[in-house]
Amino acid sequence: MTSPALAAPSHARAGKRAQFRSLVTRYRVPLSILALCLLPWLLPSKALAVNVLIYGVIAVGYNLLFGYTGLLSFGHAAFVGAGAYITGIAIGQFGVPWYLAVLLGVVGGALLAFIMGALSTRTRGIYFSMVTLALAQLVYYVALQASAWTGGENGLRGFTVSKIELLGFEINFLDPVNKYYVLMMFAALALWIVSRILNSPFGAAIEAIRENERRARTCGYDVERTKLLAFTLSGTICALGGTMSALHLAFVPLDSLHYLSSGMIVMMTLLGGASSFFGPFIGALVFLVMEDVFSLWTSHWQIIVGSVFVLFVLFLPKGIWGTFLTKVMR
Amino acid sequence: MNAPLLAVENIVVKFGGFIALQAVTTEFRPGRVTSIIGPNGAGKSTFFNVLSGVITPSSGSIRFKGEDLKGTKQHDFVHRGIARSYQITNIFPDLSVHENVRVAAQAGRARYNIWTNRNRLTELDDRADAALDAVGLVAKRDETAKFLAHGQQRALEIAIALISNPEVLLLDEPTAGMGPEETKEMVALLEKLAAERTILLVEHKMKMILGLSDRILVLHHGQLIADGSPRDIQTDPEVRRVYLGQNDGYA
Repeated sequence: MTSPALAAPSHARAGKRAQFRSLVTRYRVPLSILALCLLPWLLPSKALAVNVLIYGVIAVGYNLLFGYTGLLSFGHAAFVGAGAYITGIAIGQFGVPWYLAVLLGVVGGALLAFIMGALSTRTRGIYFSMVTLALAQLVYYVALQASAWTGGENGLRGFTVSKIELLGFEINFLDPVNKYYVLMMFAALALWIVSRILNSPFGAAIEAIRENERRARTCGYDVERTKLLAFTLSGTICALGGTMSALHLAFVPLDSLHYLSSGMIVMMTLLGGASSFFGPFIGALVFLVMEDVFSLWTSHWQIIVGSVFVLFVLFLPKGIWGTFLTKVMR
Repeated sequence: MNAPLLAVENIVVKFGGFIALQAVTTEFRPGRVTSIIGPNGAGKSTFFNVLSGVITPSSGSIRFKGEDLKGTKQHDFVHRGIARSYQITNIFPDLSVHENVRVAAQAGRARYNIWTNRNRLTELDDRADAALDAVGLVAKRDETAKFLAHGQQRALEIAIALISNPEVLLLDEPTAGMGPEETKEMVALLEKLAAERTILLVEHKMKMILGLSDRILVLHHGQLIADGSPRDIQTDPEVRRVYLGQNDGYA
């Protein structure tokens, strides 16, 4: 028996930590926006910061499906690529204003996600992963063949957005800092939307399905429809990431649709931790910083990043942020 | 109120060449406890799965409050008023006890709302706490479900089933794996519940069934071989032969 006098201080500390955690959860959107505001000044280059922004959004969107609904998709590159291609084609070949092109990219990505989701959420486990992989590869080959639209193997070019108008101001979009902060608004919007979804009754429903699909169904949840909605929402956020990347690079590489890109999204999410809101974003940050640093040393940077990844999966399966929350904050 | 609440007619379930239920016809009237007994493999769980929509029968019909349930999806059974628990504990292991019940309550109200803050649905919290109170788990509300004792997990499962305020409650071996003390508590709980709703029970503990049931159905090889009060069943020669006869002392 611990005496109450001894137990009290540790209890108080535990209480404080729990308080910290609930504060982090409650203010996760303002906190992450604050972090995003500071990010370009903390990283070695502005281009890296923009990449973190883009892949952070993609990983957070992916995690809505992976971490929260419990579905391992290997096809999310399709939505990222669809968003990017549609935005690029809309601007480059139809002269659509950039903001409309972004909207088109997001809507197009959402539609594709709905279709792929309708086909894949009928299956379970490894079959689900394989179906998403196969469908995404189908999208890849369509983009490869339709070179009149997509530029085929060379990727899509010729849609540089050099300046944008925002609230009556003309902003030079080629300036890296301006570009970062414009794209940051999209990232902030995406994080806010995902946070609201996770806090919503629907957020509780997908967690219930992840925890115990059979029980969720017996409770009265239409498991298939719920999964389809989660899949579509997740794909939509990833498509937004794709449009951001198209605006950023003024180029869509064909590889953005490749399954290796899907795999990278999974890696980032696992590295940061799939069980938390911030985890995937931090995973994207660490992954890209490692790439940035190690690729200066060696062209085989993937060996190092891969080793780190394997070590994390083996020894810290909750990822960087998940481990921080459970080990350090407890 | 004498119209049947739930009626099944000529239910046949085939798994490949195996016939799990052959032409089962019966009906259940409101406000009673009916137990379904029978040796292992008699078709009890299959029967429950049919009544809760898990299995669509090969032929035959189920009518609930006069309406044919043909084509009703499994997840809609609970919205119609038929809820169930499982033989093997089936809860949301990593959610808190309160969240387990709350998310079940939410299924009746907000399934696709992606925008409102779920904590605004305070009515769900009250209902969840009331259900936990009914099964005696209020003190454990903030614990993670997987850390509860076995008996408490069984009680939690009943709370989850109860939250939809079902007219018919199907309980598949609620005392499976329980010791005598836990079983006693469960029986007390079931008696309390029986006052308010129609309960169908699959159980193996004879003493408990005889004490609790208004009516007993006996299944054997997928067929209904007896149907009557506990007293009738105890004296039914056919039942004694196929079931009770195997362990006389137990009955």
